[in-house]
Amino acid sequence: MIDKNELEKIAMSLEEYDLVVSRLKREPTPVELGMFSALWSEHCGYKHTRPLFHLFPTESEYVLSKTGEENAGAIDIGDGYVAVFKAESHNHPSAVEPYEGAATGVGGILRDIFAMGMRPIALLDSLRFGDLQLSRTQYLLNGVISGISGYGNCVGVPTVGGEIFFDDSFTGNPLVNVMCVGVGKKEDLTSATASGKDNLLILVGADTGRDGIHGATFASVDLSEDSVNDRPAVQVGNPFMEKLLMEACVELAQNHQEWIVGIQDLGAAGLTSSSLEAAERGGSGIEINVTKVPQREIAMSAYEIMLSESQERMLIIAKKEFEKEIVDHFNKWELSVSVIGKVNDTNKVVVKDNDTILADAQISLMTNAPTYELKYKDDINQYPYYNPEILSINDLEDANKSFLKILALPNICSKKSVYQQYDHQVLNNTIVKPGFGAAVIRVPGTDKALAMTIDCNSRKVQMDPYCGSKIAVAEASRNLVATGAKPLALTDCLNFGNPDKSEVAYQLVNAVRGISEAAKILETPVISGNASLYNETVSGSIAPTPVIGMVGLIDNVSNKIIRHISNGQKLLLIGSVINQEFNTLSGSEYYFNQTNSLSGQLEIDLEYEKKIQEFILSIFKEEMAYIANDISDGGLLVAIAEMCINYGVGFDGIDLPENARLDATYFGEKESRFIVCIEGKHLEKIMNLAAAQAIPCEVLGSFINQTNNTFHFDQIDLSLSSIADAYNQIF
Amino acid sequence: MKVAIVVFPGTWSDDDCMYAMHQVGADPYKIWHTEKSLNNPDLVIIPGGFSYGDYLRCGAIARFSNVMKSVTSFSKSGGPVIGICNGFQILCEAGMLPGVLMQNDSLQFRCQDTYLKPNSNALSSPFLDKLDRDTPLKIPISHGSGNYFVDGKTLDILENQNRIAFRYSNEFGDIDQKYNPNGSINNIAGILNESGNVLGMMPHPERACDELLDSTDGNAIWNSIIEVVRHKE
Repeated sequence: MIDKNELEKIAMSLEEYDLVVSRLKREPTPVELGMFSALWSEHCGYKHTRPLFHLFPTESEYVLSKTGEENAGAIDIGDGYVAVFKAESHNHPSAVEPYEGAATGVGGILRDIFAMGMRPIALLDSLRFGDLQLSRTQYLLNGVISGISGYGNCVGVPTVGGEIFFDDSFTGNPLVNVMCVGVGKKEDLTSATASGKDNLLILVGADTGRDGIHGATFASVDLSEDSVNDRPAVQVGNPFMEKLLMEACVELAQNHQEWIVGIQDLGAAGLTSSSLEAAERGGSGIEINVTKVPQREIAMSAYEIMLSESQERMLIIAKKEFEKEIVDHFNKWELSVSVIGKVNDTNKVVVKDNDTILADAQISLMTNAPTYELKYKDDINQYPYYNPEILSINDLEDANKSFLKILALPNICSKKSVYQQYDHQVLNNTIVKPGFGAAVIRVPGTDKALAMTIDCNSRKVQMDPYCGSKIAVAEASRNLVATGAKPLALTDCLNFGNPDKSEVAYQLVNAVRGISEAAKILETPVISGNASLYNETVSGSIAPTPVIGMVGLIDNVSNKIIRHISNGQKLLLIGSVINQEFNTLSGSEYYFNQTNSLSGQLEIDLEYEKKIQEFILSIFKEEMAYIANDISDGGLLVAIAEMCINYGVGFDGIDLPENARLDATYFGEKESRFIVCIEGKHLEKIMNLAAAQAIPCEVLGSFINQTNNTFHFDQIDLSLSSIADAYNQIF
Repeated sequence: MKVAIVVFPGTWSDDDCMYAMHQVGADPYKIWHTEKSLNNPDLVIIPGGFSYGDYLRCGAIARFSNVMKSVTSFSKSGGPVIGICNGFQILCEAGMLPGVLMQNDSLQFRCQDTYLKPNSNALSSPFLDKLDRDTPLKIPISHGSGNYFVDGKTLDILENQNRIAFRYSNEFGDIDQKYNPNGSINNIAGILNESGNVLGMMPHPERACDELLDSTDGNAIWNSIIEVVRHKE
């Protein structure tokens, strides 16, 4: 009989152990038990989230591979080109060892992309940290940023966008979500599959060490004060090796597709999950001889080899007749290559140490992790953070002072000090750089460009998980539309607390519902995703954070990029009237800073959102929209200020009526709105087009481009330099 | 103009240099570090990146590769060589240029636009002879170790021999420490060897080669060398 302590170490319950025994009809061997426990960890097995995934819309005319079918989702961007993308979390490792945790997060997501034979062209990061006053938070922030910078810069893939959000609930449990976008020709798209009797399993890249054993398991339990002792479960990255592996794999897919059956990266649960997943996709069996695996340390056991999460390794499923060619190919890139096993037609996995069989089981018994029902009360009125009555506060007293204060808030201010540590230009495709909203990256060899963003307002999801998650999707989509790109698809990273808590279960279910609903209406299917649960610390669960990564297409970028605003150009507000009611402060950064309260009712009408987004795209298409920005965190005035600071221009705005509610109009975060810079000559036509569709459209003011620019809007009168100084103040 | 672009394990500006060469109508090709022949180029580029992962010290391992022997003899016979970013570090490590590139004074990586003021008095060089030395160039940097340093005596020699090619400036060409992104001595962004045919610079002219990418100022350097080479033919 199994020792309960043994099971605790591998985060498996006694019930799960009994299920293993009943499936195998015998006790598992130690190696089998290790494999089961890794594959049945929340991180690999999606035990709590899998039952929800059927809600996601996964198809559209652009989608080539859907969620779960491959390492990342793929979309058709036309003319024979494909874009693949995915986001993944590396929260737990980053909480205990921020540099390597973040670095290996970058490495892992890159491998997901180039395992598909596509060239990674951009990275984005969504980061969450706790109370900035704490030295531990600053240590984590600096470590994570250095890790992303250290790995991404060395590998030579630009980090082009992202977000950083601070909220006390992340103290001790930061979130590090990394997204990678790759492109290539459709015929080079490589599957992560193992099939064809006697074909070879070839392990390439780094040697296998003892690092990261049970990393997937570690990522699937609550963080505690003892978690720092888990530092050995965090892997160490080698971006130089990754660069060689990337070049070798992309070249293999592009030039020698006929040599291979598939490529699969080694990520969480290492060789176990990569080989079993590939075999399962191919409907095959596999036999692995662990002695053939190159080892970094002496006397490694089969258990350790099968579960190691050493980085920068890739499994090539090679056609048997091309063994020599493949070995030579990887040798050219100075990478280690070893044939470690074979594909067969048994549907079984056999792990051997030379002639000794250490594991021998039906693959599907291992890969089909049990699922758990989430227990919660499906009633928002019983959800503890729901408080629809917004508590009243006084309106602004000193408009200038309030404006400068909001511009300098950590969640609003410029993140330049961060993104200038990331190489955001290598590969010569970066058309719109960080700091200007969504990044726009050229697809090399074409006139197309991809706009990309990663986004989530955790606070809004916390107030109302269903509506807040719809807003997260709409906001990501709006970011892309503001560049003139048509949103095509999304990837999600579901970061939540312990799903055994009913409030967390409620958040999780409603977030998935909200994402699904918005993805359906905005026609941005979910093509890949990842879940990170058990983000808990001694002080409770994190604010629920379903991060949305989204990619959109600009069909022809040449000559459309405008990088200056001229004197006299007009700024329009499209999507709402200028004057706003007090309740539009619900969920806003301003209101939270004034009150520390999550009270208020969020609202979004997705059909209306879609209509506004289509209208913005239509005026871009007719080349009447010059530069646009969506209105999000910080509200209308922050959106205008960002535009003025980025383009170095002043603003002469309108004055509001006497009875206007200033805080809501200035800083309210009503959804579905854009500001659009236009030339005066297009004003009448745009107004007419908007009126014909009953879309609110008003002139906010005119830009000033002269020396000593000023910023005026209603009661605000400041110099451009003073607002820029506030915004550029480093948090 | 035939351009050999040297590729080490870990180089990542090779494709960007290929792109920039195509933009200015040159004929580029890559040379893998194990090769011995450069195939008779008119220009050799040692591009940026993290050759050998920057292990040991930036550029310290790459200098021992086969191809560097050919690059050295090519430069000794007067052939033009430009080392960009990691390429500059490699040229210093190989002794083809004096000095070292230390870690940035911010102790952080920096990726940003910079303005480079060409030295009006710089000695004759194929990289500078045909460009307008009064106009600052907007060219981005991307490095963690770009803090150029030499001892005082060598610095005097560099200054006296007019071997400073570019200094960090503002958009109007004013040179001041506050426009210096990495702490380099005398605001140095790029230097020449004694005969002017070897240029090492930290900023990436190959990234400033296309309006779509926000600057074409890097092309001034490429167009200068193209014109000099054409003139020779």
